Amino acid sequence: MKMMRMMLAASTAIGIAGGAWAEDLEITHWWTSGGEAAAVAEFAKAFDATGNKWVDGAIAGSGNTARPIMISRITGGDPMAATQFNHGRQAEELVEAGLMRPITEVAEAEGWANAIAAPGLLESCTLDDELYCVPVNIHSWQWLWLSNKAYEEAGIPVPKNWAEFVASGPKLQEAGKVPLAMGKQPWQAAGAFKVLVLSLGGPELYTKVYDEKDSEVAAGADMIPIWQAADEMRKLAAGSNVQEWNQATNLVITGQAGGQIMGDWAQGEFQMANQVAGTDYTCLPGLGDQPYLSTAGDAIYFPLLSDDAKSAAQLELASVLFSSEAQLAFNAKKGSLPVRKDLDLAEANDCMRQGLDILAKGNIVADTDQLISPDTNTQIQDLMIQFVSDMNMTPEDAQARFAEIIADAD
Amino acid sequence: MSTRPSRLFHNMNAKIASVPMVLTAMVVFLGGSIWTVVYSFTDSKLLPREKWVGLDQYERLWGTNRWLVSIENLAIYGVLSLIFSLVIGFVLAALMDQKIRFEDVFRTIFLYPFALSFIVTGLVWQWLLNPDFGVQNVIRGIGFESFTFDPLYDADLAIYGILFAGLWQGTGLVMCLMLAGLRGIDEDIWKAARVDGIPAWKTYLFIVIPMMRPVFITTLVIITAGIVKLYDLVVAQTGGGPGIATEVPAKYVYDMMFQAQNLGQGFAASTMMLVSVIIILIPWAYLEFGGKRRG
Repeated sequence: MKMMRMMLAASTAIGIAGGAWAEDLEITHWWTSGGEAAAVAEFAKAFDATGNKWVDGAIAGSGNTARPIMISRITGGDPMAATQFNHGRQAEELVEAGLMRPITEVAEAEGWANAIAAPGLLESCTLDDELYCVPVNIHSWQWLWLSNKAYEEAGIPVPKNWAEFVASGPKLQEAGKVPLAMGKQPWQAAGAFKVLVLSLGGPELYTKVYDEKDSEVAAGADMIPIWQAADEMRKLAAGSNVQEWNQATNLVITGQAGGQIMGDWAQGEFQMANQVAGTDYTCLPGLGDQPYLSTAGDAIYFPLLSDDAKSAAQLELASVLFSSEAQLAFNAKKGSLPVRKDLDLAEANDCMRQGLDILAKGNIVADTDQLISPDTNTQIQDLMIQFVSDMNMTPEDAQARFAEIIADAD
Repeated sequence: MSTRPSRLFHNMNAKIASVPMVLTAMVVFLGGSIWTVVYSFTDSKLLPREKWVGLDQYERLWGTNRWLVSIENLAIYGVLSLIFSLVIGFVLAALMDQKIRFEDVFRTIFLYPFALSFIVTGLVWQWLLNPDFGVQNVIRGIGFESFTFDPLYDADLAIYGILFAGLWQGTGLVMCLMLAGLRGIDEDIWKAARVDGIPAWKTYLFIVIPMMRPVFITTLVIITAGIVKLYDLVVAQTGGGPGIATEVPAKYVYDMMFQAQNLGQGFAASTMMLVSVIIILIPWAYLEFGGKRRG
């Protein structure tokens, strides 16, 4: 039955593409951690089943390293057949400059608009009524991952919200553990901060700051508790001497650290380590305070190619990425939520279910990738990494500088 | 009387042969630089565009904390790296020049780090200086439990950690250049100095070093070029961290152009780098080449 559906899916794709030959397509992405690599292998398998060949162009070292390489290849006239971006504003100018091709025909033929889990996902791929990317997963940042083992060894119960987590810090330190694992890369510091804004400040504050870019609110009294929380956060994270996010997750998995604020892609790492949600680790969506998630995610874009056969194969790839089978297999490995709502998530674990519930209630906000430009984002990252590492910088100073960035934001 | 052939056609073959290089220099270096300076006055984001904004990019640049930290770091690294690599390099070369045994072995050992790229150097020193894997861990393992040595995780010290790795990598080359210079000094000068009863250190300082002026100039140019383009060592060793404590101008340019998708800002920063190089270069070139023409 599954094979049958695969073949049907493949044949519709070929129908659209007008009888394509087997083509080698190079797909660049930055899915390189264990869980991510396992997930992307599922896409490769599904695409190879159509008779084409997935040529994997993984670029290690997080999106900040990978995106410049991708962009220079596209603008430099050596485009790959497809590439990952976080949909939103990262590829905005490439699309406007006509360097990307639309895939609207596949989306219309297969009725993606009816199947999509949240309409916002397709909207952030759309420019002038044409669809330019396939959203492949829904990721949200607002998760606190806790190590049950670490808390057991410290002899205290696993916290249920941010305040309890902060209170548990000294006990963990006594037990020789780092309370909060955090990689020393700018995006991780900025990401954790935006989680504090949404999860402690609530969706209204989040929208005013990141969407409306209201610098008075950013400088005002509502943000003061957030900066105090950020101050506590950096003190709890002081002892974690790791760089990459998955090294930080590993500290949680092995019980060397109490917890980590990281997007739900961290769950892929827990799964790779055969950890069970609820018994080995605990997740607190919205830090256990405000059950709101931002719908960020990864999307695959298709640069404009001059080769007709490869262009046809790009449409086949788009169809495969959105197919139910590939969506299920990919997201199960990656720990993210699928972009289709018509899937049976029988195997979803405890944490994924909590996420799905929040999505179903509509407690979602747009992610900062969709709201602020990469330029503003970089400025915030620079500020946050400095704040986290430099204990001499007061929360008041940091807030004033943050408000300046928001005032100039575009 | 027949007119002499115009100077323009004198030595024709050599001139034709150098045309490609002249063109490359004009188009790639000069043309590219001018293009960059011009576009630094636009608000180009991911792609260059001609929307003029005057000096806005420069105002933002000099109001950005990270840029100021980068300049400060480059100054610290530059001055110290220049002094230390010249001093250490020369002292090593002078020691090597005492007709010691196994000179080849020592020369190889000292020059070896130079065979490694900055990326490898950066990673090696990142691990050596990492408190959980490196020196601190080893010393604690021996029994000194309270020993702390984590320069890369201390914002005030991190730039010196990078300086150390840079010196480790670069002084071998300086030593070799200096050694070549020392070997070029005529034996008779040493003999004469000895006859006059001048101590060895004075001979070095007042006779040998002034005679090695060309070698010092070459070395200076090589070291300075390495300082201005300092980038990969920082990326590999600290990634600019902790915080922004080890950011350098070249990294700011790259991050702005490609990561922040703000070409205009990156161009403004690279123009400032160009200006600073020119400020150093012009007086030096004037002294070096302007003087010779007179004589």
